[in-house]
Amino acid sequence: MRIVIIGNGIAGTNAARHIRKNSEHEIIMVSEETLRPFSRTALMYVYMGHVKQENTEMYEDWFWEKNRINRVQSKVLSVDTAGKSLQLSNGNTLTYDALVIATGSKSNKFGWPGQDAKGVQGLYHLQDLEGMERYSPGLQHAVIVGGGLIGIEMAEMFHSRHIPVTFLVREKSFWDLVLPAEESAMINRHIHEHGIDLRLETELKEIQTDADGRANAVITNKDEKIACGFVGLTVGVSPNIDFLKDSGIEIQRGVLVDEHLRTSVPDVYAIGDCAQLRQPQPGRRPIEAIWYTGRMMGQTVARTICGQTTEYIPRLWFNSAKFLDIEYQVYGDIPGRTPEGITSLYWEHPNGKKAIRINYETESKTVTGFNLMGIRYRHEVCEKWLLGKTKLEEVLQNLSLANFDPEFFDAYESALVQQYNQLNNTNLTVKSKRNLNLVTRFLQRS
Amino acid sequence: MNTATTDTSLALVQTPLMRTSQKLSIAVGGIGLLIILFTWVTRHSFASPGITLSVALLLMAVSVGGYAYSEYAHLPEGIKNNGVMFRSLSNRGIVAYLTGILLTGFYVCLYWYSEYLTGLIQLFDPLSQFMRHKAADQWFVYGSFYTFGVLVLGAKFIYKYRHNRYQIIRTISVMFFQLMFAFLIPAWMLMMNQPEFYFTYFWPLKYDYLFPSTISWLTSSGTHLGIFLVFWGAMMTLIATPTLTYFFGKRWYCSWVCGCGALAETTGDSFRTLSDKSLRAWKIERYLIYSVLVFITITTILLWVNSYMQGGLLGTFSLSVSKTYSFLIGSMFSGVIGTGFYPILGNRSWCRFGCPQAAILGIIQKYFSRFRITTNGGQCIGCGNCSTYCEMGIDVKAYAQRGQDIVRASCVGCGICSAVCPRGVLRLENGSADIFDRTTITKL
Repeated sequence: MRIVIIGNGIAGTNAARHIRKNSEHEIIMVSEETLRPFSRTALMYVYMGHVKQENTEMYEDWFWEKNRINRVQSKVLSVDTAGKSLQLSNGNTLTYDALVIATGSKSNKFGWPGQDAKGVQGLYHLQDLEGMERYSPGLQHAVIVGGGLIGIEMAEMFHSRHIPVTFLVREKSFWDLVLPAEESAMINRHIHEHGIDLRLETELKEIQTDADGRANAVITNKDEKIACGFVGLTVGVSPNIDFLKDSGIEIQRGVLVDEHLRTSVPDVYAIGDCAQLRQPQPGRRPIEAIWYTGRMMGQTVARTICGQTTEYIPRLWFNSAKFLDIEYQVYGDIPGRTPEGITSLYWEHPNGKKAIRINYETESKTVTGFNLMGIRYRHEVCEKWLLGKTKLEEVLQNLSLANFDPEFFDAYESALVQQYNQLNNTNLTVKSKRNLNLVTRFLQRS
Repeated sequence: MNTATTDTSLALVQTPLMRTSQKLSIAVGGIGLLIILFTWVTRHSFASPGITLSVALLLMAVSVGGYAYSEYAHLPEGIKNNGVMFRSLSNRGIVAYLTGILLTGFYVCLYWYSEYLTGLIQLFDPLSQFMRHKAADQWFVYGSFYTFGVLVLGAKFIYKYRHNRYQIIRTISVMFFQLMFAFLIPAWMLMMNQPEFYFTYFWPLKYDYLFPSTISWLTSSGTHLGIFLVFWGAMMTLIATPTLTYFFGKRWYCSWVCGCGALAETTGDSFRTLSDKSLRAWKIERYLIYSVLVFITITTILLWVNSYMQGGLLGTFSLSVSKTYSFLIGSMFSGVIGTGFYPILGNRSWCRFGCPQAAILGIIQKYFSRFRITTNGGQCIGCGNCSTYCEMGIDVKAYAQRGQDIVRASCVGCGICSAVCPRGVLRLENGSADIFDRTTITKL
């Protein structure tokens, strides 16, 4: 059986790896972007000179040969589901017995005048990185539009090369649809601390170009003109599935898939950023364009293709990011605005760069989520508490089990518990210090 | 890929990243270096040797301080590896090769042609007289430069990682052990007409400390001190090493105490990304390092057999084996290649491929230690920073992506992988709960 995977991002490569683990099927991975799968999330570190492109590659070349995962660099122009074949831009036709669509996302553009000018782009593909490199020499000023994770990455990238950045954010505060107010304010401060010109409640109206068709200024919704030689459009991403329009595969925003990641056409599956779940799990969105879900979907679809039909059940929600120097981790449910019936216990370090937030149901005191800024918590421990519907006071007393900061770092669990004690007239204490043995025993306990 | 990063071998750093203050700092250090080179070559110093050396070292220290200050001071504290891959020095550009040639040349003179170092040695005479009541020799010059490098670049390292207490404490530790136990105390012992003894080196790294000749030399004086030193060396090798490694992993020595580690972690910090991460390199590592361990073990046994038989059985054979080891491993590998090639092979090539001490510590670490690096569930995004900055060439990312603990013989526990991880995935830990299945536990 020949399995063709379109796309070699984390979803596609993880699917390939696990298909090989589970079977002897022929595997062909097609990508327009690159022959060597790399970690997309690391593009910023290549530009900043922290790592080289080759350091971001997922495996050495021998890995693909040893695991007999064939790689083809070409664009897929169209899919013929009746004939079970793909038309490639290199002129070849590729037949398949099973097809996995893992083409990821493309950067959004919302019809702004000048959005297709030179020096205007998003950051998603390797080619986007090359674009940034091309326009960086001699660049005097860059404008980034869109206050999300990629926007702040792009701002940091230019900042690292001493290129001044203006950062236009539509919302009242950075990423405040996701981050609660305090954390969002912390990042606002941190962006300013780095000398990045953050403009809140400011939107892009128009991009102006010079005689060569290269961006030379933006006009904001406040009719301010900002001169710049580069405009980063980082207002989200959407599934990269234009080539499927005439394939007969049912698509909406993404490729529609059932709980087994099967599309409307037999033997065709879709995973990762480009997949849209018909019935997402409660509390989850139909399209989740993040690294971890792509990885899990790859593993799940591999099982199904290899005969062990497996439902895609994303476990507990988690995510992480790094905003300039401040690391961020989330486990469970921490909405930007705390809903009715949920109480938020929030502690912030006096330096304003570290914070712990624990959300819990006001009535039952069941813990529902953790948010960490500048502090590391252990995934498995938080997950076990959340899935086990653990009560707040038990979590607080054992909070050191979750601490994942390096040795000798100050631990702030006691400070958080003290704050809780003051608010609630309780007298809780943190039972132990950070200790791997206790963690191991806690995790092994059923 | 069409990038601005491709053709920068002639620039010290990519121009827009270099501040004027940094260029000035480099110039100041360059003057210091020129003063030393000039005196070395012409054997003529501008002022008295003491003043000349003080001025030159001061200029170099100011240079490093100034460079670090303008690199990090204007930014909030955090990981600041901007441009590491663009710099000629840290990315095998022409500056790296020139530095490598200078260092290698210095080591060659040091081991085999010390007569060419006369000009340099003269510069250190006043310091040596002051510290040891003895004229300077090439080893004193070497020790002084070495300690200077550890202290000055150690201070830079601490400033760079001022947000990370593990790095601060660890670096203070290596600076302290280098200064006290590998520089001041041996000099002081000489001054007191005692054997020049290094308390922080022991067999098999300081292989001759268990050689019969050293032991008879130490005990021949008949003093309690000599006997204590023999006892100390044996105790460190046989008891302290396994015990401490059981509790803390090999890091207690390699990145907290050892002088080679001290130089690698401070002076060599800019070169940590150069270690080869390939599977092939890992294979070479295993063959080489254990071969060296076998070599030194056989050498030591031969010397003892020979000593016991009073040369009756082996004649001069064991002595020539020992000389071969000393030349090939003691000088060529650990010195000329191990340090001279810092800018080409990375800062830990000796520690990774050659050091027999590291080999023993590594075996203990792998099979009987509470130490491991744990990974944080599913948070790894495979960005590769950890592997890139691993000076021992461990592909940390390969483990982190699978949520697997890292238990590797070569890991020196420097903690940089954990520091540079942008997602909080790695933690150095000691724990006994699951000590015998550390390597097999796979999560998620």
